[in-house]
Amino acid sequence: MTFTLLDAGRPVEVTACIDGARITIPAGDVERALGWTLSPEGLCGEGICIPVVDESALWRPEGLDLAALAHALDRPLAADAQAGAAYLGAATGERRRTLRSLHAPDFSLPDLAGRLHSLSAQRGKKILLVAYASW
Amino acid sequence: MDLPVWQALYEELKGHGFVVITVALDKNADDARPWIEAARPTHPSLVDTRHLLADLYNIVNVPTVLWIDEQGRIVRPNDVIFATDTFRHITGLESARPLQAIRDWVTGKARALDAETARRLQTLPSPDDQQARAEFGLAQWLWERGQRAAAEPHFVRAGELAPHDFTIRRGTMPMRGIDPMGPEFRRMAQAWKDAGHPYYRPLPDPPD
Repeated sequence: MTFTLLDAGRPVEVTACIDGARITIPAGDVERALGWTLSPEGLCGEGICIPVVDESALWRPEGLDLAALAHALDRPLAADAQAGAAYLGAATGERRRTLRSLHAPDFSLPDLAGRLHSLSAQRGKKILLVAYASW
Repeated sequence: MDLPVWQALYEELKGHGFVVITVALDKNADDARPWIEAARPTHPSLVDTRHLLADLYNIVNVPTVLWIDEQGRIVRPNDVIFATDTFRHITGLESARPLQAIRDWVTGKARALDAETARRLQTLPSPDDQQARAEFGLAQWLWERGQRAAAEPHFVRAGELAPHDFTIRRGTMPMRGIDPMGPEFRRMAQAWKDAGHPYYRPLPDPPD
């Protein structure tokens, strides 16, 4: 079935094999969606290879097991096989390292007119960043 | 509402190489629109329906305010600052002192925090916090597509994983058909306080 993989919010359509709560995605779709491939060195992408401890859990006849893939990448996964979507979040370690560095993470968000504004465009100024809500 | 005060502070201090960026963590632009239009912002006044900022900065409630210096370094991490005294009788937090501290930092009368102190005052996300944000991200995406029933258990799970994260527990109420100012919110906030947790966690006062 067609399945939506949300890579930190970016939706990518993939083919998925659903068996109960297990979600398996063909290796080619994983590479296209996330940029990771399974090779003899492990799981490779973003210029590095991560050794895979339990390859049998990750590598199924139909492709890669999504939960095992998220675990290997150390990323949180929220999945809903019935709804046909899963969200791969940001790794805790990565978020912690970035905040510890005190380098303010860049972002780009729209104003009411839909025009995007980034934090980095204000570099060179002192910035007061205010998060609020109507609730 | 604080937005007109943040806008006024921007106008007052922009000549000192200062900018305010306000970000509404609301379910859609229309929820934030009346507040933003009333404030007539000339600073970047943005809308973050997917709580990207909460994920990047480990923001767990609003208002949350950070100071970032000219080099893009966080020089005062997540703090609770109200720009008016409208809710002072509830929050116990007054606005004059933190606003003056911002003025003193921008005009060079006072320094921000050194790196060591800033790090000590940071709260870093736990694996459960990030799992909660993934559940929120899935739920919010399903909700946007009208799959309300499918979204609900993921909204609930997100709140269970990060009970201190009110951008999730309260911020998702408008998506779930719950009044975020109503009895369900008051029960939630009371239970949280009864368990010995503060609803707002401001940083200690900056040194004089």
